[in-house]
Amino acid sequence: MKVTLTVNGHEVAREVEDRTLLVHLLRDMADLSATNVGCDTSSCGACTVLLDGRSVKSCTVLAAQADGSEITTVEGLAAGEEMHPVQAAFRAEHALQCGFCTPGMVMATVSLLAENPDPTEEQVRTALEGNLCRCTGYHNIVRAVLAAASERRPR
Amino acid sequence: MIPAPFTYKRAGSVEEALELAVDGGEEAKFLAGGHSLLPLMKLRLAVPETLIDIGRLRELSYISEHDGHISVGALTSHDTVARSDLLAAELPLLAYAAGQVGDPQVRHRGTIGGSLAHADPAADLPAVILALDATLVARGPSGSREIPVAAFFRDLFETALEPGEMITEIRVPKPRDPGWSFQKFTKRGIDWAIVGVAVQGGSVALVNMGSTPLRAGAVEREVAAGSLPGDAAAHAAEGTSAPDDLNGGRPYREHLARVLVRRGLEEARSRS
Repeated sequence: MKVTLTVNGHEVAREVEDRTLLVHLLRDMADLSATNVGCDTSSCGACTVLLDGRSVKSCTVLAAQADGSEITTVEGLAAGEEMHPVQAAFRAEHALQCGFCTPGMVMATVSLLAENPDPTEEQVRTALEGNLCRCTGYHNIVRAVLAAASERRPR
Repeated sequence: MIPAPFTYKRAGSVEEALELAVDGGEEAKFLAGGHSLLPLMKLRLAVPETLIDIGRLRELSYISEHDGHISVGALTSHDTVARSDLLAAELPLLAYAAGQVGDPQVRHRGTIGGSLAHADPAADLPAVILALDATLVARGPSGSREIPVAAFFRDLFETALEPGEMITEIRVPKPRDPGWSFQKFTKRGIDWAIVGVAVQGGSVALVNMGSTPLRAGAVEREVAAGSLPGDAAAHAAEGTSAPDDLNGGRPYREHLARVLVRRGLEEARSRS
């Protein structure tokens, strides 16, 4: 079947099998390989992207289910050379070690801050429950999310 | 991991979904958020020939207040249920428990009707709906009918739904006793409950203590007779058949049930 998506602002139309998962369309057919496949069982969150603005695990969404939707991957965040505030905060706070979970962590954070622009530390930890860091670098990740939220707050 | 091949159909209305289900026969399944079904399909534990995507039926996503009850459309997402001001005021047990399902990504996709139809005894909402004495509205080829939740869960992943029938609405009576509690014991935040407990007034339901969500009848009788929470909770494991698995043996789960029921009854009492 034919699936048409708007990915990072660009139209992507592809012929896919009915069983094709969104993450495979993005990685293998749209050349957007930043989104990782980790556990493949909707536990780890490495495959998190935004579907119409809300975080989803793209290993557990059929490409067909996303037909007609707007998808944002981590490749779509930066404005040219300028990193998105969440990306910048992850760099500044050293919120990554091996980097495998980072695209998913960043997208889960963007979704969180859209829903709750000023979260408490506890709310950040709860909101990132669906994203696992195999280096267990959670403290710096939480610091980065709080820093990104504070950066966005009007002073 | 990808699912075995199947044919994908998207329904534009409830009527069309029901027609597609008749065409698909026994090997067709409805697909809502897909967060229970797609993982099973990847593992080949479910191999439907046809998936009928009902996920876009906005007409089944709503929360509304009526005389004496609240109606929740079957395709209302866990996230929407968790954030509803109406539910926070009228059915805080349901709103709170929906916010404990999975993680934010899962709650964005998963739906209340999908969770009930899937009937996993380890899932949170089946026990909550059981404790709330809700009525499920189902539609099939021969029309609409109401199923009391007490008659809905038949066995592991088995419900009273007939082939081709789908849940359209969950009707929850407004509780007489406002005291409520939801207790969920997990190893990690995103896990299914090893044991969970839903309490509304004197109604107590258990997560993952048998092949279906269970009412803790012996506890409820003790509560009705005026027993203190600690005494009533001692009966929490009566009539259960908890699973034995890597997360815990049956005696451990029975112990957890007694502890969590006591905590649940105490918390509910503090809120009533």
